[in-house]
Amino acid sequence: MEEIKNTCNCGNECKDEELEKILQIYTQDKDNLIQILNEVQEHYGYIPKHAQMEISKYLNIPLAEIYGVITFYSRFTLKPKGKYHIAVCLGTACYVKGSSKIMDRLKERLNIEAGETTKDGKFSIEATRCVGACGLAPVFTVNGEVYGKATVQKLDKVLDELK
Amino acid sequence: MKTLEEIQKIRKEKKEELELRVNTKLDTRQKHILVCNGTGCTSSKSPEILENFKRIIKEKNIENVRVIKTGCFGLCAKGPIVIIRPEDTFYAMVKPEDCEEIIETHIIKGEKVKRLLCKDIDGSIVNSLDELNFYKKQKRIALKNCGLINPEDIDEYIAFDGYLALEKVLKEMSSDEVINIIKESGLRGRGGAGFPTGQKWELTKKTKGEVKYVVCNADEGDPGAFMDRSILEGDPHSVIEAMIIAGFAIGASKGYIYVRAEYPIAVKRFDIALKQARNYGILGKNIFNSGFDFDIEIRLGAGAFVCGEETALLESIEGRRGQPRVKPPYPAQSGLWGKPTLINNVETYANIAQIILKGADWYSSIGTKTSKGTKVFALGGNVNNIGLVEVPMGTTLREIVYDIGGGIPNNREFKAAQTGGPSGGCIPKEHLDTPIDYESLKEIGSMMGSGGLIVMDDTKCMVALAKFYLEFTVDESCGKCTPCRIGTKRMLEILQKICDGNGTEHDIYKLEKLAINIKNASICGLGQSAPNPILSTLKYFREEYRQHVLEKECKSLECKAMSKIEINPEKCKGCGLCQRNCPVNAIEGEAREIRVINQDKCIKCGTCLTSCPFKAIGN
Amino acid sequence: MEEFVTLTIDGQEVKAKKGTTILQAAAQVGIDIPTLCFLKDINEVGDCRMCIVEVEGRRGFATSCIQTVEEGMIVHTHTPNVLEARHVILDLIISNHAKDCLTCTRSGNCELQALATKFNVLNIEFEGERTQHKVDDLSPSIVRDFNKCILCRRCVAACKKVQKIGAIDCINRGFESCISTVGDHSLNDVNCTFCGQCIQACPTGALHEKEMIDDVWVKLKDEDSYVIVQTAPAVRVALGEEFGMEIGTNVTGKMVTALKRLGFDKVFDTNTGADFTIMEEANEFIERFTKGGVLPMITSCSPGWVKYIEMNYPELLPHLSTCKSPHQMFGALLKTYYAKKENIDPKNIYVVSVMPCIAKKFERQRNEMQNDGLYDVDAVITTRELSRMIKQANIDFTKLEDTQFDAPMGEATGAGAIFGTTGGVMEAALRTAQDTLTGEDLEKIDFNAVRGGEGIKKANVNIAGNDIKVVAASGLANAQKILEEIKKGTADYQFVEIMACPGGCIMGGGQPIKSSKIRSKVDVRKLRAEALYDIDEKSTIRKSHQNPVIKKVYKEFLEKPGSHIAHELLHTHYIEREKYRI
Repeated sequence: MEEIKNTCNCGNECKDEELEKILQIYTQDKDNLIQILNEVQEHYGYIPKHAQMEISKYLNIPLAEIYGVITFYSRFTLKPKGKYHIAVCLGTACYVKGSSKIMDRLKERLNIEAGETTKDGKFSIEATRCVGACGLAPVFTVNGEVYGKATVQKLDKVLDELK
Repeated sequence: MKTLEEIQKIRKEKKEELELRVNTKLDTRQKHILVCNGTGCTSSKSPEILENFKRIIKEKNIENVRVIKTGCFGLCAKGPIVIIRPEDTFYAMVKPEDCEEIIETHIIKGEKVKRLLCKDIDGSIVNSLDELNFYKKQKRIALKNCGLINPEDIDEYIAFDGYLALEKVLKEMSSDEVINIIKESGLRGRGGAGFPTGQKWELTKKTKGEVKYVVCNADEGDPGAFMDRSILEGDPHSVIEAMIIAGFAIGASKGYIYVRAEYPIAVKRFDIALKQARNYGILGKNIFNSGFDFDIEIRLGAGAFVCGEETALLESIEGRRGQPRVKPPYPAQSGLWGKPTLINNVETYANIAQIILKGADWYSSIGTKTSKGTKVFALGGNVNNIGLVEVPMGTTLREIVYDIGGGIPNNREFKAAQTGGPSGGCIPKEHLDTPIDYESLKEIGSMMGSGGLIVMDDTKCMVALAKFYLEFTVDESCGKCTPCRIGTKRMLEILQKICDGNGTEHDIYKLEKLAINIKNASICGLGQSAPNPILSTLKYFREEYRQHVLEKECKSLECKAMSKIEINPEKCKGCGLCQRNCPVNAIEGEAREIRVINQDKCIKCGTCLTSCPFKAIGN
Repeated sequence: MEEFVTLTIDGQEVKAKKGTTILQAAAQVGIDIPTLCFLKDINEVGDCRMCIVEVEGRRGFATSCIQTVEEGMIVHTHTPNVLEARHVILDLIISNHAKDCLTCTRSGNCELQALATKFNVLNIEFEGERTQHKVDDLSPSIVRDFNKCILCRRCVAACKKVQKIGAIDCINRGFESCISTVGDHSLNDVNCTFCGQCIQACPTGALHEKEMIDDVWVKLKDEDSYVIVQTAPAVRVALGEEFGMEIGTNVTGKMVTALKRLGFDKVFDTNTGADFTIMEEANEFIERFTKGGVLPMITSCSPGWVKYIEMNYPELLPHLSTCKSPHQMFGALLKTYYAKKENIDPKNIYVVSVMPCIAKKFERQRNEMQNDGLYDVDAVITTRELSRMIKQANIDFTKLEDTQFDAPMGEATGAGAIFGTTGGVMEAALRTAQDTLTGEDLEKIDFNAVRGGEGIKKANVNIAGNDIKVVAASGLANAQKILEEIKKGTADYQFVEIMACPGGCIMGGGQPIKSSKIRSKVDVRKLRAEALYDIDEKSTIRKSHQNPVIKKVYKEFLEKPGSHIAHELLHTHYIEREKYRI
């Protein structure tokens, strides 16, 4: 029988000490699941399969349930985000100021849908709900940096610079 | 650990030290430069401004000037905001490179930097905060300390009567007295439905149980509402104090605050506040030597709107998918891990200490017959002064939009305002003068919700708006119950059909039938209120729906399949502004000539429409 | 003292116990409120919204499957508002359902179909996009067709709450929600034990067994094949239900007649196989008990349970009896002893097992379950599949006369019969063990302490002067409790019987599916178990070692329990099994 090993992205077998550190912060109570997933998402930029397995063992929660939780909350992703993660705010304030046009343009330029990453791994798009910069609506963020009072032209400029 | 006496001493000393923050007439050589570090201003580099000020002051060896990081002032549209006290000078849209000049001119020379002074809507220069129309009709209770204190310094909170209410409760009051004051104040839950807060406390207290919990709902999911975030960022201790009081009142010794992980600044500041409160012995065992223990734990949400629903929130705290439970039993009877649990939202808690200190009569004197106190609204959309406003219940929409909000940009017409976000409804022009409270909003087909207030001008299509909200609900439906899971999807499909120009009159009938039944049959507040945007727009803008299905016409530009933007040759002066602004080069014509839109290229983004100074472009 | 409240439902006064749900109270006075997601004691969540009712003075609808009765409550179950909402909900559910009833295995026994009939749904008003999913038919046991799922989550509750496995759960959110495994992998590649309790819970055709009927039909028509069928004890007390007979009817004789009519060359009884299992297992236990082997010893005849321990507690595998399950033992003997005796080339023998179980479909194709390159058993079909074959062969089952199992392998004991219920294997083994140890033919053969519906039954028995503590557990959640005790070293018992399905084989995943309504009213387990104990009681021989077939085969072929040849054919070994192959 093949043993399930910790595998990180590199494809080599290696022990994931970072993951262990995260787990050590928390007790083995089941209600820590979402807290741990938040940390893992933060650390890896997604929830890798080996982390799901380790968490499943640590908290004694079936993998299917963990998977159910991951796919329920939009903050958790199963695939790594792009080098440049662009999030367009589709909150009401931004919507009324035309953020859907920014989103449409972004999808058109990168040829991917929200929640996807370009094949070269360079860009990913996310539709977010209110980043809290309603005063600057419409906004989009690139790796967390906020671009306020956005227009299609402004987006194009930013994309041209990153490409 | 500090004794009660030590805390009282801090309060006294700090109060004197910080008097310049509230007394503009104070004769002092001290100056405090307040830099807003709310999320809005942080997005436009206010932390850099803060650092710059600190660096320059150090370099220039300036004495008597302190730079203070504060929470949100509310007027986000003018951010980043810098305020200098005691003189109360309001600098708007400050850039990091402006710090040098502010120090040089304002602090050293004693002259105001005119170009950075905040201007009101009419263009007049505002010398101090009080002059601004935006603040004139506001009454700040929940937002009292936001923008006034450094949220990361517990002493500043204590200086402005912080933890005095807790002291009073623990030293002088019984739990029944606390509950009675809250009941008499008439405070109602600020999270949405407006359930009487005191009654909720009483219910939770009366339910038998060894272990009980206090929960703070800070999962502000309503897109476009950010008052809870602002309070956590600007005045976290007010929430902590209220949660301890609530714990005392209902007999709980453990609290949880459930915050969106998308609010990193709020989480960080709340965490700092918790640590400081623990260090002072305000959280932990035997608080103020009263024998009462209480502590609070932070739980992060992970991006699910439905977790704002109290039972879904409990599920999420317990580490599961945020799927609501059928009520009854209510959380007061069976909540977190089946124990009696009190859940209030951030804004509700932010009122508690004030009510204890100033009395139920004071609080209930503010507001309307059924809705007491103030309400914070996140004003957004097509309105000049975007930001957070706190007004007494009973203020009219007109006052909020026009007096506080400064009206609608580009002199366009008010068409509707949406309150309560995706759970609320549209309020049309004819209700601009309705005094806003829980009952009146419900009566006109909307709801208070968490307090998002989005203004829409006459370029907005109400069918497309309903579709926008339904897209949101379909996305955020947890999928547990049938009507919400499948029903909202079907409503969205019908709206899409109508917006694509393929709708029929029967579709409107179907939409309404679905809406009513989903409202009636869904398990939780999300499903029950999901049809509100449809029902309210159908109520007030049915004609617009009919135009969409009968005449295949969308008067605004939003339903692209049906709209066509054209330049009125009689009004066009050939200025070319539209051509320069068009992102897809769809506008043709030579200099000073009348321009024409190439319909094949036009993406109906509407940029030309807003850029035309002569209103020559329309559909 | 029990408190009662009085309420009114549809104008009828009802006196109901405090804590009763509105749904239960209504049923008391013959009001049948429709439900879909409700499954008594297992899934009481109020998701589907079919059971909504109006309660006077209350805002919105009440969820009758959850909300409890209150004094003076006035309930209306079919106001125009309720009816319209129910109609819309049903319409919405069907709008996202595959609607291929004509080609669905559950047609005629589908709770959604029944409701559509009840509410006379003639067209779907709210048609729209349907969630599309590919069918998972990669496992040997279960087929998952999510296109027929209505997201009632009864299967999830059965898997996660009842069995504590959690192979399936709700994934994604909103309209995209579906019931699936981690990463949407096949059940074959995750921690599923193939117990099939999910199938028993499913109100529609979204979950069903992987059929093998067609293979069996082909073999029956193939002249070169010598097709032998064997039937498990639990089948005979449930098969009749598929033909409208009462739950717990013993239809052994009719079943045998039907099988002969279907054209099987020989119809044998797995109960005989069970008698062999007892011989080997009792012997193994005595060996371990007297010679200091690994104790407690745990039974191994439930393949879902075996897969469970292989995946979850591989370190405890030495506790598992090495005995194959009865139908595997029997299959092995049919292809060796019987083939030789009847002079048939074992290659031409095709053994079909009719089982109440779908994990047997997995067990059958385990590598260990072969001898000389031949599988012990060639096809496993469920009780339900057999009923379909009988119907397809145009046999009017209820009118059949009774016949006997074929000689020479058809003789079985009451001990074999009770294998089908929880505690039965234990009781049968104890009967043989005490006689073996004492060398006598003891009168005391009923071990009532291990009978009954509780998930875990512990008992002290005295056998030949030895105090032995025994445990019979059914349901994997209970199995887990026992294993944890063994792991922690707190287990003070020596012999454990475990069945994967709560109640044992009579409640197996391959048995006739009872609707939620029936499960609310009737204790299906109890009725089927009583029928088995009745068979036992009426049997002339009630101890395995006294079965003449057993005596003969040991004498002529197997020598004695635990012999070398017995080990070759009747025993097996286990592997540490990967929980997830993803």
